[in-house]
Amino acid sequence: MNVHEYQAKELMQKFDIKVLNGHVAKSVDEAVAAAEKLGGSVWVVKAQIHAGGRGKAGGVKLAKSLDEVKEHAQDILGKTLVTHQTGPEGKEVHTLFIEQGCEIEHEYYAGLVLDRATGKITFMASSEGGVDIETVASQTPEKIIKVAVDPAAGFTPFIGRKLAYGIGMKDKEMIKKASSFFKGLYELYVETDCTIAEINPMVTTKSGDVLALDAKLNFDDNALFRHPEIEAYRDPSEESEKEVEANKYGLSYISLDGNIGCMVNGAGLAMGTMDIIKLQGGSPANFLDVGGGATKETVEKAFSIILSDSNVKAILVNIFGGIMKCDIIAEGVLGAAKELGVKVPLVVRLEGTNVALGKKILNESDLDIIAADDLADAAKKVVEAAKGEA
Amino acid sequence: MAILVGRETKLITIGFTGKQGTFHSLQSRDYGTHFVGGVTPGKGGTIHEGFPVFNTVQESVQKTEANAAMVFVPPAFAADSILECIDAGIELVVAITEGIPIIDMVRVKSALQGSKTRLIGPNCPGIITPGECKIGIMPGHIHMPGRVGVISRSGTLTYEAVYQLTQREIGQSTCVGIGGDPVNGTNFIDMLELFEKDPDTDAVIMIGEIGGSAETDAGRWIQKNMTKPVVSFIAGASAPAGKRMGHAGAIISGGDDTAESKFKILEECGVTIARSPAELGEKMQEALKKNA
Repeated sequence: MNVHEYQAKELMQKFDIKVLNGHVAKSVDEAVAAAEKLGGSVWVVKAQIHAGGRGKAGGVKLAKSLDEVKEHAQDILGKTLVTHQTGPEGKEVHTLFIEQGCEIEHEYYAGLVLDRATGKITFMASSEGGVDIETVASQTPEKIIKVAVDPAAGFTPFIGRKLAYGIGMKDKEMIKKASSFFKGLYELYVETDCTIAEINPMVTTKSGDVLALDAKLNFDDNALFRHPEIEAYRDPSEESEKEVEANKYGLSYISLDGNIGCMVNGAGLAMGTMDIIKLQGGSPANFLDVGGGATKETVEKAFSIILSDSNVKAILVNIFGGIMKCDIIAEGVLGAAKELGVKVPLVVRLEGTNVALGKKILNESDLDIIAADDLADAAKKVVEAAKGEA
Repeated sequence: MAILVGRETKLITIGFTGKQGTFHSLQSRDYGTHFVGGVTPGKGGTIHEGFPVFNTVQESVQKTEANAAMVFVPPAFAADSILECIDAGIELVVAITEGIPIIDMVRVKSALQGSKTRLIGPNCPGIITPGECKIGIMPGHIHMPGRVGVISRSGTLTYEAVYQLTQREIGQSTCVGIGGDPVNGTNFIDMLELFEKDPDTDAVIMIGEIGGSAETDAGRWIQKNMTKPVVSFIAGASAPAGKRMGHAGAIISGGDDTAESKFKILEECGVTIARSPAELGEKMQEALKKNA
């Protein structure tokens, strides 16, 4: 789960990570009031969307007067920002964060991620902050240093020193402050179950502070059960309605831009099914894993979500029963079909646990089903059906 | 015996008395696995479905001499159960549970180092040596004893591959689901190493996914060390970047973890590629003929 920058900063302060003062604004008037409350003569007006690359897209602007705050707020609120992370459709800005300005001395990069190869939480830091870190990694990899944290020992002082010296810091006082910054970041990561904590840039200021100018936090969905305070940060307007609905029923659903609806059990087989549809010249409308523990009701829900997608021109149900029983799938499909009606061709391939019973239930219904023998046959038939050739 | 499990495996289930734990323990027993009992704290001393229940893993090991454990504990408590199995010195732990927090698994992975325990999973279908021993949730009847090893990050996609093999009368030595999570106990290389050494295995199917570098690392290892043919499919060629495709570990987050770049590196390393999951059986059949 992603959160907004202002929410991330709120959390970071709890872990003694320094940030600039700022306030959230949902309207132009609130933005001006926020700037007045902050005082000073320089403010930054920042769009709050769940995507990086806001600056380049015109979502972050410097204001040197209250009039400019107003101007920028008017400009950014309601605007659709298109960045390399939003997709071509972009994201509409509903919320602003008005932040104090500061005098930057140097911009660094500081991040924490899981290194999957070692299974350890690993720091990444660079003297090159405020730019795209992927570019730094590919063009000047020597400018990124990595330090893995031993899970049993946790964060120890040498890690902070190694990082601070490694990114070229020299002033003793600043190294101390940076070390404490890194320590806070690690504690935040572990205690709130982050999957990504990225501070780009982390800056040193002329007034002698080390602080987070921007912040991107992502949290482990599997751990949200123990963090109601983070779950409360969820912004439904940032998530696809169908995905949220599917999640409620324990289904894993992702909208795609094709026209073949897919209902599959198991994430690997669901991906494999999408892949083979593409190989056959078709295009999947969604990824949908009904999972192993699905009941007739959740299967019904899953099938309804596909049926309610107006882009869908044909549907493929591909089930290899293991934990999941084929008869439950068949009953769920029938239930949803009865309620909503199936107006597009439906290709079904069942295999595994209770396959005979599942096929019997479908055959005895009045549903018009194109039966498929195996995976390749199913993909071929559904692609033809979507093109109107079935 | 093929690898890791066989007739001498003695199995206990952690979370035995729950609905899933009960169902799959009995399925494993019915398949022929030597099942000896289970652990559910608070229910120690009782008999469940004819098998003894213990309060702690250590007690169950002392009383039954179990050398393998299957974990069916809910995600919030599963890491603790795996740690308990490591503490009790169980040689093989198979964690079926899906949805264990990543940080919990980081700690488990650290505890595994230097221990006697090998962990398979979590978030996996388990492991089966057809005709001898099944630990997990896979449908036993689609398997057939034979000489092809299968390793996979996915459950149902493994069934798909096994089914295609069995239909062609190509049996399997051992099939291992290593799980779809970003931090797991056993990786592809660990299993390839065992299959390479196993006199009962002639060739291996490796099924990977987008996300991480486990498949490319395996490819480089295969190029240097593997003499037996490997056939591979990577799921997720059609997946968009940045989206978690069901499995916690199946997310494209850099440039090198797409299906396309994994296919490319595996091919360079001499692995036979199946671009479609429907071609796995056929490609293996060809590879076996070529090697015969």
